[in-house]
Amino acid sequence: MMAESDIFSGFSCPVPYSSKDSILLGHGSGGRLSAELLREVILPAFANPVLGRLDDQAVVSVNGSRLAFTTDSFVVKPLFFPGGDIGSLAAHGTINDLAMGGALPLFLSVAFIIEEGLPMEVLRRVVKSLRESARNAGVDVVTGDTKVVEKGSGDGIFINTSGIGLVPDGIELSANRARPGDRVLLSGTIGDHGITILGQREGLEFESAVKSDTAPLHTLVAAMLGVTPEFRCFRDPTRGGLSSSLNEIAGQSRVGIELDEREIPLREEVRGACEMLGLDPLYVANEGKLVAIVDAAKAEAVLDAMRKHPLGREAHIIGTVTEAHPGLVTMRTPLGTTRIVDMLAGDQLPRIC
Amino acid sequence: MKYIDEYRDEHIARKLVAEIERKATRPWVLMEICGGQTHTLMRYGIDELLPHGIEMVHGPGCPVCVTPLETIDKAIEIASRSNTILVSYGDMLRVPGSRTDLFRVRAGGGDVRVVYSPMESVKVARENPERQVVFFGVGFETTAPANAMAVWQAKRQGLTNFSMLVSHVLVPPAMRLLLSSPHNRVQGFIAPGHVCTVVGYRDYEELSREFHVPMVIGGFEPVDLLEAISMLVSQLEEGRAEVENQYVRSVNYEGNLPAQRIMAEVFDVCDRKWRGVGPIPESGYRLRPEYAAFDADRIFGLEQITAEEPAECMSALVLQGLKKPTDCPAFATRCTPESPLGAPMVSAEGACAAYYQYRRHAVAAREEQ
Repeated sequence: MMAESDIFSGFSCPVPYSSKDSILLGHGSGGRLSAELLREVILPAFANPVLGRLDDQAVVSVNGSRLAFTTDSFVVKPLFFPGGDIGSLAAHGTINDLAMGGALPLFLSVAFIIEEGLPMEVLRRVVKSLRESARNAGVDVVTGDTKVVEKGSGDGIFINTSGIGLVPDGIELSANRARPGDRVLLSGTIGDHGITILGQREGLEFESAVKSDTAPLHTLVAAMLGVTPEFRCFRDPTRGGLSSSLNEIAGQSRVGIELDEREIPLREEVRGACEMLGLDPLYVANEGKLVAIVDAAKAEAVLDAMRKHPLGREAHIIGTVTEAHPGLVTMRTPLGTTRIVDMLAGDQLPRIC
Repeated sequence: MKYIDEYRDEHIARKLVAEIERKATRPWVLMEICGGQTHTLMRYGIDELLPHGIEMVHGPGCPVCVTPLETIDKAIEIASRSNTILVSYGDMLRVPGSRTDLFRVRAGGGDVRVVYSPMESVKVARENPERQVVFFGVGFETTAPANAMAVWQAKRQGLTNFSMLVSHVLVPPAMRLLLSSPHNRVQGFIAPGHVCTVVGYRDYEELSREFHVPMVIGGFEPVDLLEAISMLVSQLEEGRAEVENQYVRSVNYEGNLPAQRIMAEVFDVCDRKWRGVGPIPESGYRLRPEYAAFDADRIFGLEQITAEEPAECMSALVLQGLKKPTDCPAFATRCTPESPLGAPMVSAEGACAAYYQYRRHAVAAREEQ
């Protein structure tokens, strides 16, 4: 047996080093590292009041009309997956960013960055899917671009889409407008998209019946706004999941948010996959879900309207905005205790055992 | 979800808490060994539910946390070399080494791949015959059988480009060390359910007898842990010191015999250094001489790599249950999951990270009172 001094000799403390010397994958995770990148590199360069609101879209006034404007890039692997593909994602993602501003989406631009050697048939399938997704949403692709990069400089195909929409009068939405007492609404099950993609990746070929939830949300938003304009904000919890969206709202509105774990809808397959991999579904990406903050008095009426819409059938009121613990999201566990729902630093890492 | 919901049921949990309250006539200090159990305690706020006198301290059972700094440095060295592929479980990638971590090595061009099963690393080796493929084999008795199987399969398939960087640790020697310390406060243990699923609980009976300390092999759901705590309190109140099995749906006395056979075929016991604790005699596994051709330490000439750990982070005290993460002046200020000072802040199963992720609001509220 060792002497006591030996037991304590192994104090461990590696010198901390900065996450600022080069870009890590975690900078693209939608978590804390992404926020740091925005705060320290991007925002100071372009500072202006519209950008400073940090919403999913910019809303600007032009000759008396309120235009919503947004852009997003799509780098999903694999390109085709159950429930969708990179083309449908590229259409829906930008449509949804406009919809989260209460806008009626009107026009899209599409830019393809294509890797040398990509089979033409793959490109055709992606283009067709994007066209159909835009058309079904009532949106026209009115401009675009293509670039080809050398083999090895891309991953098959990357797509950027930008979008323009029109915001009706009387709608004021921003992540900084949540107030204590407001209710938090969620349109359906979480984690479907992220778990679908994970299940398709090499090295994890688990059988799963789950498919991506990719869908355009603007008609659901319109149905909700038809009940009342008393919404504070909408968010689509994509990368970083529900947790990141709610943490952003809590931070920007300087309020607390209290969730009830039992109210958050989750498919059994998604739950099973998360249990197996040690992942928390609150951090798993969605592509066809929204979370909304609404005046408490209107919450039930809005919920009824959501449940009548095909994309809101499993909608729930999942929580309340509080004065307590501003900036922090907490959750009532099934045991009746409370825990923090933190923003992750980077990507979620599957556990060893 | 069947087989999970009943172990997270509020009414059953509250009944168990009431039972613990009724039984406990004085304060008791209990330790859960496994990081997975720590994670559940924090995530479900079980510390909020327990009666005041029942104190949980958090043991050294987080594989990421106890992997020595120099082993991380060795993995980084391997991943930095050209023509090698380092294959690892995901949560090792963010662990800080002396100067960098595996995420940064990957950002700099190193080929670092995450797998869920070590068998996939054998597949990677087969598909890349011109490159050296190294699996980062860490963990307790839980991961040892699958890691052993990967080496065994590689040998059987005649692979010459596959090796393993082995840093396996064993639970009972660490418990022996804790119990032998004059500073030990722990009066009862929740023994690690997954480890015992593999190895059974003969060794735990020896420890329990030798140190006259009660142990309950516990599962990983909230109701499992509350039931294990209740069983421990019964033993303590009645003056018993036995090994009882709460996790009967997974653990039996002998353990998983085929798993033990493959472990014994590939590994033998050796002294190991534990991060935050120091060297512990006969507390780990290394590859047996017959499998030396698969030993990354030997192949890459890494035996010489050592690392000095500055004595600032108090993870040694945390991992032995002598301090709580929140006793550390750096907790949640200078030490966070984004820039961890020590390993327990890195892994979700590390005690410091579990406190940070789930419980720091409760800590802040207690301090305000």
